Order: sequence, then structure tokens, then C-alpha cells
Amino acid sequence: MSQAILAIDGLEAGYEPGSAIVRGISLEVKAGEIVTILGPNGAGKSTLIKAIAGLVPKFSGSVALDGEDITGSPAHVLARQGLGFVPQTENVFTSMSIADNLRLAADILPKRERAAKIDQMFALFPDLARQRQLAAGRLSGGQRQMLAVARALIASPRILMLDEASAGLSPKLVGQVFAKLAEIRHTGITILMVEQNARAALALADRAIILVEGKAAHEGKAADIASDPVIRELYLGLAPAKGTA
Amino acid sequence: MNLQFIADGLIMGALIGLGAIGVTLTYSILRFANFAHGEFLAWGTYFTLALASGFGAMFGGSGTLGSLSFGWPVIVAGVLAALLTGILALALDRLLFAKLRDRGNAIVMVMASFGASMALRSLLEFIFTSEPAYFSRDIQMALPMAFGIRLTPDQLFLLAMTAVLVLVMERFMALSPIGRAMRAVSENPVLARIAGVDVERVIRATWMIGGALACAAGVMLGITVQIRPFMGFDLLLPLFAAAILGGIGSVPGAVLGGLIVGIAEATAVQVVGADYRAAIAFLILIAVLLVRPAGIFGVRE
Repeated sequence: MSQAILAIDGLEAGYEPGSAIVRGISLEVKAGEIVTILGPNGAGKSTLIKAIAGLVPKFSGSVALDGEDITGSPAHVLARQGLGFVPQTENVFTSMSIADNLRLAADILPKRERAAKIDQMFALFPDLARQRQLAAGRLSGGQRQMLAVARALIASPRILMLDEASAGLSPKLVGQVFAKLAEIRHTGITILMVEQNARAALALADRAIILVEGKAAHEGKAADIASDPVIRELYLGLAPAKGTA
Repeated sequence: MNLQFIADGLIMGALIGLGAIGVTLTYSILRFANFAHGEFLAWGTYFTLALASGFGAMFGGSGTLGSLSFGWPVIVAGVLAALLTGILALALDRLLFAKLRDRGNAIVMVMASFGASMALRSLLEFIFTSEPAYFSRDIQMALPMAFGIRLTPDQLFLLAMTAVLVLVMERFMALSPIGRAMRAVSENPVLARIAGVDVERVIRATWMIGGALACAAGVMLGITVQIRPFMGFDLLLPLFAAAILGGIGSVPGAVLGGLIVGIAEATAVQVVGADYRAAIAFLILIAVLLVRPAGIFGVRE
């Protein structure tokens, strides 16, 4: 069995001490795997991923990245330790050009590697390469999401975490973003993503975890969860799968 | 009409612009109005005066450079004083603002900056007295330029120095990793941290740069006018007017804002008299807030 890139053990986290939103979560994401965290509104999905990213206080439990304990690492150190994170909103620097957004993220790399990494991202996202001097604030929602993913990928993270990459996007753009994520997975990247769009997330992911009231209520292969009529109806707001109704 | 007032406004505007760079960076990156910034101008000037006097006494070199009214001791002292003023700003942050920043209350930080301003100014008066001081009492011959405008060699040197400093600063913000990080923290500190930016390092750089440029502005004022403990405090309103006029966070904006305020003040002296000079910065500030709250180069949030 492949090694866990991200290992979370008994994590409790929240904004105010004494009122944990994430309540004793344990999970593992293995190398090359795509894991999605699903669940109803208010289940603590975003709080969980922000706590892992060092943006929400952790009260107890541990987080390890590739075997290294990163529980107490601040957000800027996590980026250097190999954790790439794409927040749900305000995920690009709108006043800066596309190129400067990428240069900023590349600045944590050794100087000799920066230009090559930026070129690599432009090769992966040709749409961005065509308008590299454009201010990121002038990009469409889907393009911004692509830039945010490129920004997070530039330092070759050991895991890429996405907080609702499809939020606020039209169905067509959601399709484009997930198609790009499917393309990126062929590079061998490990992905942990929180999603509201259960249908799109389950189609892409290997495994899924259903979060309810800050706890993991179900965990399993994405295909199994996608076809479980009870989970679909109770937690994901989806109609029962064909042949199960 | 004698256009000499434009030259006077240009000099005053250039030094207001240099000082306003620190104001605009502190405001956008640390998210509070630092009313102690004027004291950095005054302290930087007195640091320069003390060091230049020391160099003069040690090496006996109080001569002048070419047609300038000052010599190498003032230039070397100014460079060292810029560093010292940056360190003073950093120390003030460590002792006062950093502790309040952790509690996340911007209003308390503004009030604390008022207190720091008074304390720093009183300390200057205690050490150097409130008597005006001068880098030089030499009288300079102004050189004819164009349209009847005359500039002294000191004024020409200081305008050139401002142009070089502003150009270097603009390139630094645009091209250097720390400049990029400063722009990033200014726009979105959380995303900057996610992207790997060490925000504490950015804050340190902000104080150092703001302090050093305030020193340069103070020395300009000291050379062209005089040195007084209140020299920075008296410039506070024009500094803020320039920073807001240019657009908070914009280095070229602060300089352009400074030039507009400086020339507007000089024009007011010419047209309505010196009594109304101080009111001009205030009027410009109000007009900008009403018409274009984000300033010339500012981006509406």
C-alpha cells in the first residue's frame, strides 16, 4: 500500500476555543490519490481544510505531511513544506498581473528554478500564458480559478488542497475546472478537495469522506458513495442513482 | 507673473512625496494611520545633524561639495541616519505596534501612534532643545533655469536625489521579491501567507523603507529650510493628503500626490497669502475624499 502523503489524527479545530467546529477528524490521503470531502452546509468542510492549511486554530490532534509533523506550522511555512492551498474566494491577487501572481509564489523556490517553474505553469495553462501581463482582477471566474491552481502548483507541492473550486462558477466553467484537475492528476499530484458540487467531485475523486456536524459520517470509494442511494439523498442533495430508485 | 513659487512648490512637493511613501506603505500593509510618521522625518534629520557634526569634529571636514552648501559629512551621515531611522521605526513597532497588532484593533494602534508621536517629539526637544538648527548657514546663489525660475544648487541636488530614490523605489516594488511580497500583503495578507510570504518579514521591510525615506525627506527639509523638533509633525497633514490623493498603497501615487500638494500650497501662498497655506492640504484632502476616495492610482475595494 502506498504511503500517506497527508495524515490527520483526531483533529479538533475552530475559530473560538471551546467551540470546535471540526471534532476529532482522522483521515489519510495517499500518494497520487484524489480525496474529496463532501457534506451539507455547516458541516465544517471549509474549517477542516483551512485548519490543515494553518488558517484556523487547531485545538488538538495532529497533522503530518509525508511523515513530517506540521501541526504547528504557520501558513507561510506550510507553503514551503509542500502544501499547496487554493482558497474558495479571493484566491488571486487582483491588482497584480498574472505573471506577478506566479512570480510571487515562485519566490519561495531557489532562484535558479523560478523561471523554469513559471514557464512550466504557462505550458500547463496556455490560456493564462496568452495574457500574462493582464491584471488578475480582469480575469473571468474560471480563469481566476485556473490562476489560483497554477499559483498553488508552482512550488511542486506534495499535496494540493482546494476549497470549493467550483463555487460561484457556471456549470460550463465547473466542467472546465474539473477537466483541468483531471489533466493535472496525470502529473501524479495528490489532491484533497472540499466540494459542494458532489456530482462533479465524485466523478473525479478516488475516495470521498462525508462530513456531518464536524465528524466523518461516511468514508469510502467515490464510486461506491456516488451509487449509495441513502448517502446521495441524505447528505449530498442528489437524486437517487439510476436503477436504485 | 513670477513663476518662482512653482520651484518652491516642487521642492516642498518632492519632500512631501518622499515622506508620503512611508505613510502609504504603512497604511496599506499594516492597515493603520501612523501619526508618528512625522517624527521619523524629524529624528532622521537630527540623526544626520548629530552624525555630520561628529564626522566634522573627528575628521575636520566641514567643507562643501562644489556649489552645494553641505559636504560629504552630511551625505555620509544622511545614509547612516536613514538606516538608524529605519531601526527606530522597527524598534517602535516591536515595543508598541506589534503588541497591539496581535490584538487586532486598528483604532487603538492609531491612538498609540499619537502617543508615540508626542513622546518622540518631546524626547527630541529634551535632547536638542526647540531652537532651530541648520546644516549650513551659507547663502547660495540661485541659478536661472527657465521662465524666470531660479533654483539653488542644493535644490537641484535634492530634486535629482528625489527622482533617483523614487525611481529605485518604484523598480524595487515592481521587480524585487520583497517588493512583490509587500504588494501582495497590501492586497490580501491571508492569501500572501498561503503563497508562502513571511508577513513579519514584510512588516520589517516596510518600517525600514518608510523610516529611511522619511529621513531623506527630513534632511531635504533641513537643508532647504531649517531643523526643528516640530518639523515632521507640522508636515503630517500634507503627508497624509499626498498619500490619500495618490491612492493608498501606490508609491508613484504618493510622490505625485506630494507634488500636487506642494505646488498647490505654494500657489496658495502666491494667490491668497501665506496664512492660508496650511488649509490647502486640508482642502485637497477633503476634495479627494469626496470626488475620488480611492485616490489617483488607488483601486476601489
